[in-house]
Amino acid sequence: MKESMIKSAKGLWKAFPMIIGTILLVSLISAIIPDSFYTMIFSKNSFLDSLIGGLVGSISAGSPITSYIFAGEMLIQGVGLVAVTAFLVSWVTVGIIQLPAESTILGKKFAILRNVTAFALSIVVAIITVLILEVVL
Amino acid sequence: MKLKDKLKNISGAWYFLGVIILSYLYFLIFNKNIFFNSIDSFNSIILKIIPIFVLVFILMALSNYFITPAVVTKHIKDKGLKKWFFVIVGGVLSSGPIYMWYPLLASLKDKGLDYGLIACFLYNRAIKIPLIPLAIIYFSWQYILILCLVMVLVSVVQGILINNLMGVKNENSNSI
Repeated sequence: MKESMIKSAKGLWKAFPMIIGTILLVSLISAIIPDSFYTMIFSKNSFLDSLIGGLVGSISAGSPITSYIFAGEMLIQGVGLVAVTAFLVSWVTVGIIQLPAESTILGKKFAILRNVTAFALSIVVAIITVLILEVVL
Repeated sequence: MKLKDKLKNISGAWYFLGVIILSYLYFLIFNKNIFFNSIDSFNSIILKIIPIFVLVFILMALSNYFITPAVVTKHIKDKGLKKWFFVIVGGVLSSGPIYMWYPLLASLKDKGLDYGLIACFLYNRAIKIPLIPLAIIYFSWQYILILCLVMVLVSVVQGILINNLMGVKNENSNSI
């Protein structure tokens, strides 16, 4: 068990600079980008907005709680549900800011492919969810 | 050892941290407001994730002790649908920032967990059970339920896609 603990400590120490660097970067971006930015850039065109929603969600950083609040406010301001859903999903499934850490620890190819597919799938999830919702309700 | 050799031995991750710290120094000099807001945010995140760090360390130690490459290989090969189920449940139940889990996943990868299952785990982390009540306040419960179900299904699609794109040759990882 002692060996397992030493191995785990070494693994965490290896990831330490990336984890601290990522948290510092996330904090800096959260401080630089104002909340109003997120509701300002949508055009109310469903397709374009879903792309923008996915992109903005991908580069955003912060707690998922924040994403629900932003998304809820966007919906209230008339942004389409497909765009809002793409924003919500990409916020939590795509991690551009975490990409350096993910690349270092899990491999560059994997990190890039995972994030690219997650971005594309955030739009797919948004469209399917809203379609099902329209059928069900 | 010469300075050049010493620099070569420093991991790129430390350079990344160095660049971020230099950015903070820039804001400390030119925009104290952004600097102190960032520091406040950093402190609150650090305080939040310390317990998760402990949890991750315990899980890593336990996995290093109990989960040998042979055990993982056996379970992943034998369980078919069940392995996806375990990965989905694990992803949904895991908490804390995504990057906290990278070291554990890297460790499991070394023991035989394929890239598709790692991607599936990471995708399911997007489903935050404790945040569902908040989500229902803004959206309807029907919307949240459908969104969660679609995301679970899509996480498996992403896992299969990643395995194909990464060239993972594991019959079981693609057989659902």
